[in-house]
Amino acid sequence: MSVHNTHSEHIDSETGKLGMWIFLFTELFLFGGLFLVYAVFRAKYSAEFHLAAGELNAFIGTMNTVFLLFSSMTVAMSLTAIQKGDRKLALFLVFVTILLAGLFMVNKYFEWSHKFEYGIYPGSEVLKNMSHGELLFFGLYYMMTGLHALHVLVGMVLLSINVVKIRSGSVNSDHYLMLENSALYWHLVDLIWIFLFPLLYLIT
Amino acid sequence: MKHEDKHISSYSSLAIVLAVLLLLTAFSVWITGFHFGAFTVAVALIIASVKVATVLINFMHLKFENLFLRLLVTGVFVMFALVVILTFVDYYFR
Repeated sequence: MSVHNTHSEHIDSETGKLGMWIFLFTELFLFGGLFLVYAVFRAKYSAEFHLAAGELNAFIGTMNTVFLLFSSMTVAMSLTAIQKGDRKLALFLVFVTILLAGLFMVNKYFEWSHKFEYGIYPGSEVLKNMSHGELLFFGLYYMMTGLHALHVLVGMVLLSINVVKIRSGSVNSDHYLMLENSALYWHLVDLIWIFLFPLLYLIT
Repeated sequence: MKHEDKHISSYSSLAIVLAVLLLLTAFSVWITGFHFGAFTVAVALIIASVKVATVLINFMHLKFENLFLRLLVTGVFVMFALVVILTFVDYYFR
């Protein structure tokens, strides 16, 4: 194993991880606020939410859930691989994770463009003529899945940086905090989707 | 510095966790096919919570973490649950 830094560098991985967790808490409350708004309006306009949610494609939602669950496993496995010093496998698994994230986004693209074709997008005429409850549902749908998709993109960028760092050797079996924290972030993206999926796609 | 006593999840245990998560997903898709009204929402949310706990404990390695972080994470979720409950108390009994 080659050592790149000859000077003794101290990396406090425990604190680094704690910082990441605290950041994840703020993320949870960011989405939590939206979940709360959703819950209250769902209680208020249950019939309209029921009707509007029926427009969503549960199959695409289920497929995306499977993609994210798989990617969560591959990123967790990449951490195992780097801890065991298997660089090639770690690289491969991070790459698979990025690929699955890409598939999620492609799916999302088709899902959204299908909605757009029916004129269902923020500010559209179709939406303006809908009932107040349906309008709120689609507003929340675009806000929540949009914010989540943004997190998927950020996750893809983070994982790509890890590919570079694993290649260069700065993420290795002794220093893997970057990969560990990126994996934590990626799992959070999965966690949020686990709640979004039944709330938006299943309970119609 | 080396990570002291690093905990490594085995590939097989991670694969088992994925299998459990996929089964739970299939179950939630199946069960919400029946319309039990408010009960369906409760069941879907309970299954989602079980899945989230599974991801937190296994994928996010909370089972290897110290008690402080485990309490912190639990506390955040309890706090959010309280916020939801208080909001609905306010909403229904205002």
